[in-house]
Amino acid sequence: MTILRNTIRGALAAALLCSACIAAQAAGTVKIAYIDPLSGAFANVGEAGLKHFQAMADEINAKGGVLGKKIEIVVVPFDNKTSPQESLSQLKRVIDQDIRYVTQGNGSSVAGAIIEAVNKHNERNPGKELLYLNYAAVDPAFTNEKCSFWHFRFDANSDMKMESLTSWMAQNKSIKKVYLINQDYSFGHAVKKAAREMLNRKRPDIEIVGDDLHPLGQVKDFAPYVAKMKQAGADTVITGNWGSDIALLIKAAKDAGLTAVFYTYYGGGLGALPAIGEAAEGRVKQVTEWHENIVPNKTEKFAVSFENKYKVDFYYLRVRTMMLMLADAMNKAKSDGPKEVALALEGMRFEGDTGEVEMRKTDHQLIQPLYLSTVYKTAAKGGPKEVKYDVENTGMGFKTDARLEGYTSAQPTSCQMKRP
Amino acid sequence: MEFFLVQLLNGVSYGLMLFMLASGLTLVFSLMGVLNFAHASFYMLGAYFAYQVSTKVGFWPALVIAPALVGGLGMAVERWGLRSVHRFGHVAELLFTFGLAYLIEETVHLVWGRNAVEYRVPRELDGPLFSIMGSQVPTYRMFMMLVSVSMLVAIWIALTRTRIGLVIQAALSHPQTVEALGHNVPRVFMLVFGGGAALAGLAGVIGGNAFVTEPGMAALVGPIVFVIVVVGGMGSLAGAFVASLLIGIMQTFSVSLDWSLAGLFSQLGWTVTSQTPLAALWNVRLSQAAPVLPYLLMVLLLIFRPKGLMGTREG
Repeated sequence: MTILRNTIRGALAAALLCSACIAAQAAGTVKIAYIDPLSGAFANVGEAGLKHFQAMADEINAKGGVLGKKIEIVVVPFDNKTSPQESLSQLKRVIDQDIRYVTQGNGSSVAGAIIEAVNKHNERNPGKELLYLNYAAVDPAFTNEKCSFWHFRFDANSDMKMESLTSWMAQNKSIKKVYLINQDYSFGHAVKKAAREMLNRKRPDIEIVGDDLHPLGQVKDFAPYVAKMKQAGADTVITGNWGSDIALLIKAAKDAGLTAVFYTYYGGGLGALPAIGEAAEGRVKQVTEWHENIVPNKTEKFAVSFENKYKVDFYYLRVRTMMLMLADAMNKAKSDGPKEVALALEGMRFEGDTGEVEMRKTDHQLIQPLYLSTVYKTAAKGGPKEVKYDVENTGMGFKTDARLEGYTSAQPTSCQMKRP
Repeated sequence: MEFFLVQLLNGVSYGLMLFMLASGLTLVFSLMGVLNFAHASFYMLGAYFAYQVSTKVGFWPALVIAPALVGGLGMAVERWGLRSVHRFGHVAELLFTFGLAYLIEETVHLVWGRNAVEYRVPRELDGPLFSIMGSQVPTYRMFMMLVSVSMLVAIWIALTRTRIGLVIQAALSHPQTVEALGHNVPRVFMLVFGGGAALAGLAGVIGGNAFVTEPGMAALVGPIVFVIVVVGGMGSLAGAFVASLLIGIMQTFSVSLDWSLAGLFSQLGWTVTSQTPLAALWNVRLSQAAPVLPYLLMVLLLIFRPKGLMGTREG
C-alpha cells in the first residue's frame, strides 16, 4: 500500500515539475522560487511545504490569477538540501532564470544567508530586484538587527511564540517549577533566553529548576534527561525541540512516568505525532497560527480538499495567508515588480482565515493571532468533541486552550530599515 | 540515592542496547576481518521489517521473522557482493559496505517514505514494570536488557561450545586445513556475515519501537557503534560488552552533572567572567558535552592504547 502511495507521490511530483516547466514558458506568469530541502533528512518537510504552495497557486489561478487575469502564479522548486551554501547556488539559478520571488522556511541559518545574498543582489542590480518571502524561519534577528526591506516574515518569530506561551503560563497558578531543554544551536539558545527573560518578567515566583542544552539530533536516549527533570520536581517543560529530538524526549518522559506538561513549538510539526504516539495525549501543547480543530474554522473546506488531493496534512496556514496577501499586493500595486509589491505589502492589513493580520511596516513581521493547543484523542475515539480531525492518521488531534490576539505576541523591534 | 539508582539503571540499559548493536559488528570483524559500514543499515532494516511484519501478525512473530529476513539478506550480500570484492582486499570490502549503506537508506526512502512509521511497543510490554522509590521502570527497558544479555550468552555458547563454532574459529586461523577436512569455508563466512546481520536486525526489532523508526535511524547510531568496537578492542566480544556498559553509564551520568571548567576554576579561586578569554569554552557544562564524550574516549584510547580495552590486534 505504502509502495503504491509512494509511486503515486512520485508521479505527482513529476507532474508538478512538468506543469511548472510548461507554464514557465508561457508569457505573463509570476514565478515563485521555492528553495527548501527536497532530498536528505528533512525532505519530507520540504515536500509537504511545496504542496502547500502548489495548492495555493492553483487556487489563485483558478480564480483568474492576479492583475485582472493576466498573470498566473507558478511555483518552481529548488532543492537546497537544508544547506546555506547549497541555497546560495540555488539562488544563483533563480536569478539566472529571471525569477523575482523567492520563498524559503526551513532553517534560520539558510534564511540568514538568503537575506544577505538578496540584499547584495538588489543593491547591485537596480530594476532586477528579488523579494524574499519567509514562511517559517523564526530567528528574531531577521526582523530586528538584520532586518531588510526585501524580507517579509509570515511566521511568528521565536520570541513572539514564547511571549504567547508564557502569557498563558502566567495565568496558570499551578505551574511552579519549569525545566528548559533545547537543542544546542542558535534557535535553541534563542528559545532558552526568551523563556528565562519572559518568565522572570511575568511570573518571578516560578522557579527554573533545570536548563539543558543537548546537541542537535545526536541524543538517542533521553531517559537520563528525564530522570533529571523528575529529580528537579519539574511540573512543566519548555522546549523548542523538533524532529526526532522532540519525539524521543516525550517518549522517554512517558516511559519514566514523568507527569510534567510539555510546552512546545513543534509538538505538532510534520512527522512528530506519529513518532511520539499516545505518549502525547494531554501532555503536549503547541503554539501555532492554526490547527485543524480551531473554532470557527474558516479553512476547514480548503484543508480537507488539500488533504484529499495531496495525501498530507494541511499545516501551514501562513503559506495560505502569504500567497493571498501577495496576490492582493500585486493587484493593489498594479504591478508584479518586487519593489512595487514590497511597498504595497508593508503595512498591509488583511482579513485572514483566523481574523485580521497585519504586515508591520517597521520590520516586515506579520502580526497574527496565535493558538495554544493540547493533544487529545479525536472525538471518534472518545476524546473531547472539539477534536474532529486527527494529525497524520494518529487518532489524535489538537484542541484549543486559548486564542491569543496578535497584539499579545507583538514585540518591540530594533529594526532601522533602509528603504530604496 | 534514588536518583543514582535510576540513572545507573538507565545507564546499564542504554549500554546493553548499545551492546546489541555492536555485537554483530564486532563478531563479523573478529571472524572475517570485514569492517561492515552497512551494519547500522541492517539495524534499520530490522526495525522496518519488524514494523511491516507486526502490522500483519503481531510483534512476537516479528521478533523472529524480521532478524531471519535481515540475516538472509546479509547472506545474500556476502554471497553475491562481498565475496567477489574480497580478493581486492579490505579497502574494497570497506568501500563496498559503505556504498551498501547508502543503497539501503535510499531503498527505505522509496519503500516506506521519508517520515517515521508507527511501529509501537506491544501492549503487554507497555507501561511500568516496577518502581524504584517512586520512579517507574518501564517493562520494555527490562525486556531490552534481557534480550541483550541472552544475546551475549548465546553467542558465547555458540562460538565456544558447539561444533559449528569450532569450525568457524578454525576457518579463521587455518582456512586451508579446514577446507581439506571437507568443510565449505566460503559458506562458513556467508553464515557468519548473515549471523552478524541478523543480530543487527534483532537490535532493530527491539530498538525500532523503543526509539523512533525513521530513515535517519541508521545514521544516528552508526558512529557510536564504531566507537564501541574501537574502545572495546577490534573484534573482541567481551571488550564490546565492557565498552558498551562503560559508554552507556558514562553518558548517562555526565548528563546529570552540571559541572563546568569555570566551576572548577572558581573552586581554585579564579572567577571566569564573560571577559575571560575562551569564556564560552570554560562555561560548557558536562551535561552539555555528554553526547560527545564517547568520541573523546575513543580518541584518547587510540592515542594511549590503540588495541582497545580488550583487543588483541594492534591498530
